[in-house]
Amino acid sequence: MFGVQSRVIASITLRATMGRKRVFLFAIPPLILVLVTVALKLAHPPAPAWPSHILGDFGFSVVLPLTALIIGTSVLGAEIDDGSVVHLLATPVRRTTVIVTKFVVAAVLTMIFVAVPELLAGLIATGGATRLAVGLFVGALAGSVIYNAIFVMISVVTTRAIAVGLLYLLVWEAVLGNFVSGARVLSVEQYSLGVANSIARNADLNAHLSLTTAIAMGAVVTALTLAFAVRRLGAFSLKGDAV
Amino acid sequence: MTGIELRNVSRWYGNVVAINDITMSIGQGVTGLLGPNGAGKSTLLHLIAGFLEPSRGELAVGGAPSWRNPEIYRVLGLVPERDSVYAFLTGEEFVRATARLHRLADPDGAARRAIGIVEMAGAQDRKISTYSKGMRQRIKVAAALVHDPQVILLDEPFNGMDPRQRLHMMDLLEHLGDEGRTILFSSHILEEVERLSGTIQVIVAGRLAASGDFRAIRRLMTSRPHVFLVRTSDDRVLGAALIGRPSVTGVEVTGRGLQVRAADYGAFSRELAALTREHGIRLRELLPEDESLESVFAYLVES
Repeated sequence: MFGVQSRVIASITLRATMGRKRVFLFAIPPLILVLVTVALKLAHPPAPAWPSHILGDFGFSVVLPLTALIIGTSVLGAEIDDGSVVHLLATPVRRTTVIVTKFVVAAVLTMIFVAVPELLAGLIATGGATRLAVGLFVGALAGSVIYNAIFVMISVVTTRAIAVGLLYLLVWEAVLGNFVSGARVLSVEQYSLGVANSIARNADLNAHLSLTTAIAMGAVVTALTLAFAVRRLGAFSLKGDAV
Repeated sequence: MTGIELRNVSRWYGNVVAINDITMSIGQGVTGLLGPNGAGKSTLLHLIAGFLEPSRGELAVGGAPSWRNPEIYRVLGLVPERDSVYAFLTGEEFVRATARLHRLADPDGAARRAIGIVEMAGAQDRKISTYSKGMRQRIKVAAALVHDPQVILLDEPFNGMDPRQRLHMMDLLEHLGDEGRTILFSSHILEEVERLSGTIQVIVAGRLAASGDFRAIRRLMTSRPHVFLVRTSDDRVLGAALIGRPSVTGVEVTGRGLQVRAADYGAFSRELAALTREHGIRLRELLPEDESLESVFAYLVES
């Protein structure tokens, strides 16, 4: 699967994504995360649970999903928007290869831009390679994978990917996932926190799913959204004339 | 099977019919897809290229259906109309990347060959963002050619080109057609299609209006009566003189001026000049009344 075609697609995607000014956009949320952590560390806040609140709540419900949204919707969405994707699709490349490659690039970029800063902030906040720091890092890795499958899929389905993705994050993840206990089993934030908590074992993380549930559901969501994205890309259509 | 076959292909959007029951067969050589803007040329090319699903009918490129079948791009090359390419790549990088997407055994050699064909070797190391419209068009053709396809589709390849670039592209298409490939290009400009000769398919309002040898269709187009509106210092005197000429088949005095129907376009224009001079009439305005491409096509549809 990761043959010459994937390497070409990945390298063009990387150059397109990193070449735009958008790359600064990716860097802002994680930068804020690290800066806030440093500031709090220096201020010695009275609540001892602050690392799990900042890195768990802010990190997993704001920094991770927003960064994944920007990256996941641009790796393929930008090409669809400007029409250059036609040059890629007018070749015998299997649509599965296109989707999987774009998804892998987005997931890896999100890991670099979120999971690594999350680890860095965890090390700073807890003063070393604690269970919390490692747990948050691994949870962020898992979240990078699942979120990007969803956002790549959204970018194939709609040309308003950012808006639709934001709506999904604000309505589904932020409201339903937090307040409707039954919806937690369908919340990517909860999958990520579930994975994080299996290592961190920290009650302040607000994690409600077991590791098994989180991984199984995360894998199902990832596979289904990617399969749907492949299907939709296979039916990619160009608008004709004035119709 | 190396051509394009359409059988009773229709495509509609809601209740708007974009392509209406088109049956055509396109073989080796250069074929022009001619029609006014909005006639459905792009829609038809998108259908053939597999970027649109036919609502009804059958369509095959090289014997295989193109919808949901990227494999046809082993024998097919597409030059899309939109100018969107990976502008941050150099021309050579773009063509070589395409060669690698085709998994060619020697992508470097294939890219060099394709770039040579479109004569872009001199600019191949510049970023595409610095290219002129004509250069972009040529590098797109190189990318579409890189895997040596039997069938090549080009959507409005001459759009935005200057006359020199246009001639160069025409020579290129002619050459590709002479090699035995099936070349189908769309255009709304009669002269472009004429220069490339060969066969044409005329699309008007989603339907196939005429099909076949260009010269026969061109004859139909030029032998039709032309209608002109002439405004002069003395319409009636000129009208009386014009009706005595064999090139004129009808004259009508209207509030806007003289409406003249001419059977022979060339003779009429020569005689009009001579008559106005002879009678000392000042010619104020001479307007073709039906020279729009749409009326030419409408005439074709009727005949």
